[in-house]
Amino acid sequence: MKNVVIPIILFVLSLARLSSAQSFALKDGEINTITNGVFIGNIVIENGKISAVGKDILIPDSLETIDCKGLRIYPGLIDAGSFLGLIEIGSLPETRDNAEVGEFNPDLLAFTAINPNSVLIPVARVNGVTSVISEPSSGLFPGQSTLINLFGYTPDEMAILKSAGMHLNFPSKGRTSSFDKSKLEEREKKYKEEMKKLNELWIMAENYYKNYKKAFEENKLDSFPINLQFQAFVPLFDEQLPLIIHVNSQYDILQAIEWLSNKKIKKIFSGVSEGWRVADDIAKSGIPCLVGPVLALPTRAEDRFDVPYKNVERLRKAGVKVAFRSGESSNVRNLPYEAATAVAYGMPEDEALKALTINPAEIFGVSDKYGSIENGKVANLVVTNGNILQVRTKILHLFINGHKVSLKNRQSELYDEFKKRNP
Amino acid sequence: MKKLFIIIIFSLYVLNVFAQNYVLLKGGNLLTITNGDLPETDLLIANGKIEKIGKNLSAPPNTEIIDVKNMFVMPGIIDAHSHMAIDRGINEWTNPVTAEVSIENSIRNDDIALYRALAGGVTTIHALHGSANVIGGQNEIIKLRYGKSIEQMRFKGAPRTIKFALGENPTRVHGRGNHIHPSTRMGVEQVIRTAFNDAQNYMQLWEEYDKDTSANKVPPQKNLRLEALADVLKGNIIINCHSYRADEILMLMRVLKDYNIKKVVFQHILEGYKVAKQLKEFGAMASTFSDWWAYKFEVYYASAYNASIMNDYGVITSINSDSQELVRHLYLEASKSLKYGNMSENDALKMITINPAIQLGIDKRVGSLEIGKDADIAVFSKHPLDSFTTCEMTLIDGKIYFDRKHDKDDQRLNVNPFEPVGFDSFSNTQNDFMLDKCVIDLK
Repeated sequence: MKNVVIPIILFVLSLARLSSAQSFALKDGEINTITNGVFIGNIVIENGKISAVGKDILIPDSLETIDCKGLRIYPGLIDAGSFLGLIEIGSLPETRDNAEVGEFNPDLLAFTAINPNSVLIPVARVNGVTSVISEPSSGLFPGQSTLINLFGYTPDEMAILKSAGMHLNFPSKGRTSSFDKSKLEEREKKYKEEMKKLNELWIMAENYYKNYKKAFEENKLDSFPINLQFQAFVPLFDEQLPLIIHVNSQYDILQAIEWLSNKKIKKIFSGVSEGWRVADDIAKSGIPCLVGPVLALPTRAEDRFDVPYKNVERLRKAGVKVAFRSGESSNVRNLPYEAATAVAYGMPEDEALKALTINPAEIFGVSDKYGSIENGKVANLVVTNGNILQVRTKILHLFINGHKVSLKNRQSELYDEFKKRNP
Repeated sequence: MKKLFIIIIFSLYVLNVFAQNYVLLKGGNLLTITNGDLPETDLLIANGKIEKIGKNLSAPPNTEIIDVKNMFVMPGIIDAHSHMAIDRGINEWTNPVTAEVSIENSIRNDDIALYRALAGGVTTIHALHGSANVIGGQNEIIKLRYGKSIEQMRFKGAPRTIKFALGENPTRVHGRGNHIHPSTRMGVEQVIRTAFNDAQNYMQLWEEYDKDTSANKVPPQKNLRLEALADVLKGNIIINCHSYRADEILMLMRVLKDYNIKKVVFQHILEGYKVAKQLKEFGAMASTFSDWWAYKFEVYYASAYNASIMNDYGVITSINSDSQELVRHLYLEASKSLKYGNMSENDALKMITINPAIQLGIDKRVGSLEIGKDADIAVFSKHPLDSFTTCEMTLIDGKIYFDRKHDKDDQRLNVNPFEPVGFDSFSNTQNDFMLDKCVIDLK
């Protein structure tokens, strides 16, 4: 009897594995692991995780196998700054959930407003982006961003980090855009007021934290009056949650470095369009940078046309840890081509790929699970017919959490409908 | 005597050769657009025109020889939709119909955006009015002869064009903004038909006046707005119409049919893919974005496959920028159609060269590498549709206007002495991308 039971159990188990959507084998692909070189080999995905990767990996017969001969495999790309899931249609306030009223909203969670069914999300995936930072963006403290996978039916299913960082729009003397015709004196006045406000809020937050910790140590938290805004700073001062500081102009960057120098928190810069001017200062501060968009105009009329293209590489060369951010909602899909432009203007290709994968994963503290193709990591994988940074390359398969995600989206469906319209 | 004659003829020839301004682009991979790709081929320029194309061309004395071996040589990129070099004159907001105004009155020659576009291989732009008005005014086609006067930048001999606009922008500005027509797409049609009708009546008045033989005849009052519209009806000005949705595209074609207007270029036309068949039947042309969408409701159903579908239906299609940033990499934008819809490389390049030239009516002069055409040329390090390519050199009329290796960093023509140094950079470069470029000229 035993002789029969065991094979039956094994058979049933193998059936179970076969039907599991999160188990696949990718065979004979050119694997760009990011962290352990490029080689032709196999990847085994089991229950959403990479269970084996290498040149001579045996593939269990029970697994659905995808022949990747002649194809390339990359880890999913990560956009280190977007509004995906928060903004649906740019000009319609009813469809924008990225900007709350007020200056001080450190407790707001982008996670809350992520729309998993946004039409924009399947479009964002088509060129290999599998995860994004989605961030709030108004006032001094706009709230907390979330790091999400671009697949799932609820924000919880999507979230890698429900809260990825608390955002701070660092006070700026710079113009807000090329249409900002305000005078420098006006901006300086506003800047001083904002710095004053920032310092006051920060001291209050520190004091709150001290009182909170004291109450915790004295076991008096039950009677401690919670302030939701300041409570949001507790994981920040505990060095659990990073502060993501949006800063772009040279002066603002130097001010921010100075302001942060005596603060014992995790720090990340975002934007950093004039980073190249003070790359050594940023490197010395040790603050990693989420940089972009690359396809942007120079910030000053006197600047060489290509400084935005070279910014990321100049920062990297100075020793700054860099990741690309699109700053987009509808065109997150162009993230790899932002990186391609950096490569065209001098960034080594492997470094550009790192800045799309392992670097953001490390900056956000999730490199144990994301950002490269390694044993045990989450199976966020992209199978392409060429270099992922080349526009003409096509994505053939996309895996998020080991789920084989459809590449269909509204634009491809409209294409199918209208390319040969009848009548 | 005979000897003397020969010497004179010979010296005249020599003098002539020396008087000519020769430039030889040596050994490049030529992407002619209209006659295929020619690897390792020379291109000789004489007095700003393409004189010869061929292998191992001999250089006349005094020729400036530029080695472009291993590089890619293509016709200068043409942007059929731009607002650069316009100083506060994009929209004349005061009326839904302002056919009489013209960009030529607000053009400036020192916009740094012109140089930045040259650095992306662009040689000609169509500087358009915005989309606040249903009929916005007349436009200007300019060559990016950066450093020259406004007069010298004009594309001499180019046809006149006029900007029309449908949909959300005119209905927002005039309907919801000023509580006048149009506030709906129905109203937009009415505004256009009324303007055309007024122009017809105006033409009739003048016709009657011209026919009138009486001694004491009085001329009708001159009306510059109706004069311009009459020129549109006569087919002397090409309509360039800002449009997004399929319904409004069809509407304009119906109106134009009624007034027997044959030539129209739809701008943006993001739902052109839905009515590509009708566009082809009418003979309408399309100038679109590679992949912008969802920035407003009327573009929520836009698609990156738009250009490919229209191209497949035989519609003359171009990719434009509408942006001082995007214009810097139109080659990258054109390459997206290789992915979205499997367009051929040559068709993709056509969309930023000969097709916009046809749309602007300047294809006899520019848009391809052909003998006799203007020597407007962009030189790229790799194939222009390779995402790792860089523009190395841009020539207009055979003269170098951008040279990546030798240009100095600061390319401003005029420096504002009151501009504060250092603090004036933007705190947020994203804002420029969040706006619908056609109606940003609010101040």
